[in-house]
Amino acid sequence: MKSIFKPGVFTLCLIPFFIITYKIFLNKLGPEPVKEITHFTGEWTLIFICITLSMSPLKRFTNFTFWIKIRRMLGLFVFFYATLHLLTYVVIDYRLDWSQIIDDVVKKKFIFIGFAAWLLLIPLVLTSSQKMIIALKHNWKRLHKLIYIIAIFGSLHFIWLSKTIYFKPLIYLIIIIFLLILRINFKRIISKTR
Amino acid sequence: MKKFKYSEITPENIYKNRRKFIKNMGLAAGSMFIGQNLVTSASANTNKEELKLTDYRYVTTYNNYYEFGTGKSNPVERSQKFKTTPWDVVIDGEVENPIKISMDEILEMFPSEERIYKLRCVEGWSMVIPWLGFPLNKILKKALPTNKAKFVKFISVLDPEQMIGQRFPILDWPYKEGLRLDEAMHDLTILVTGLYGKKLPNQNGAPLRLMVPWKYGFKSSKAIVNIKLVDKMPTSSWMKASPNEYGFYSNVNPAVDHPRWSQATERVIGGGIISPRIPTTMFNGYGDEVANLYTGMDLKKYF
Repeated sequence: MKSIFKPGVFTLCLIPFFIITYKIFLNKLGPEPVKEITHFTGEWTLIFICITLSMSPLKRFTNFTFWIKIRRMLGLFVFFYATLHLLTYVVIDYRLDWSQIIDDVVKKKFIFIGFAAWLLLIPLVLTSSQKMIIALKHNWKRLHKLIYIIAIFGSLHFIWLSKTIYFKPLIYLIIIIFLLILRINFKRIISKTR
Repeated sequence: MKKFKYSEITPENIYKNRRKFIKNMGLAAGSMFIGQNLVTSASANTNKEELKLTDYRYVTTYNNYYEFGTGKSNPVERSQKFKTTPWDVVIDGEVENPIKISMDEILEMFPSEERIYKLRCVEGWSMVIPWLGFPLNKILKKALPTNKAKFVKFISVLDPEQMIGQRFPILDWPYKEGLRLDEAMHDLTILVTGLYGKKLPNQNGAPLRLMVPWKYGFKSSKAIVNIKLVDKMPTSSWMKASPNEYGFYSNVNPAVDHPRWSQATERVIGGGIISPRIPTTMFNGYGDEVANLYTGMDLKKYF
């Protein structure tokens, strides 16, 4: 069983990547292909953040350890799609026009916060191996709480770029906040206050 | 400055459609088109030799028209049953001669000419569209603005029955826009009745819309029912929605960023994934014609 599951999840995680590649090569992206790729990869980053954050609550409610076993891979896919998203912006959209890109990062809050979220993902990727988990001990857990900040940043990035209605971006923020609330150990808080 | 023939750059099938349209329009209108359809307005094409018309299918399927929804494809999907006949336009306010005029009368009284203009959206993309229309000043002059008239307010149709987007408080409905009187009287400012040699499609603002080529696209109101001459600067729907993001003037200006994104460059619609962004030009390239309207004004302050 074990040998099927992980490769299966891995393949599933690649489906969005295959879809966008297919659309690029068959020219199915419509009038604004660059924007389409940017939005697609950006949204899948947020979806993977939500999926990754669902794993430990799922484990708690179902008692399957399976969820925790695929969590690292899902987290790495967050970085994969976030990097595709960033590369689309930097390479395809702005053609490595660094002065314009730096100007945007500094001046535009939605780009700043999005870029910050991507940077914060790097330490998590670098410390994702089993070796690092052992080496960092309890600090590893602390460090990886960064994902909560990254998740909030990611949804704000989406909200701030929207023009009028925030319906879809707000849904991501609500899901993320809900997933964070699930992590609060109410029993412990209650017993502490007593 | 180079004048170019529409026929040189128009795909043949579209061109044929247009001939058919001219036939349908009847002889009088037809001869008017034949006189003018081949040569574009020279003043409208300053430094635009490189401009390539945006495909008809993109012009008519990629639209910002929140009355029909906020998605780019919502207008084409949801506007096809929108009724544009009968349609009356009222011109009133600070005028000596208020007018109520039907669309049929407008088409008869104000012959349309072709104007190839670049449309620059505040979102950072642009299209090049062969509009059919006539200068707004022609119709304003008929109404005889009084000397109290300083601004022109454009009010679009309010019809939540037919326009699903108006059932939600996305913007202050009906859509309102405005121009200073001298901007409205400028020869480049046109009322549009068609594009690509055809009747204006519903998703592009049929039956009557504005086109002010040196301003961001949202200034060019669609489905206009009332043109009001006023003494005070009108508040547009976008100014009301977000005053620090959308100013009254909203001239295309690469040096003044939208608070959330840069306006230095734009993506050309239909260019595909390979085509790079192009630099945005002051007044969308119409500076020679319109810069004098703003001499002495701080365009960073009056954005």
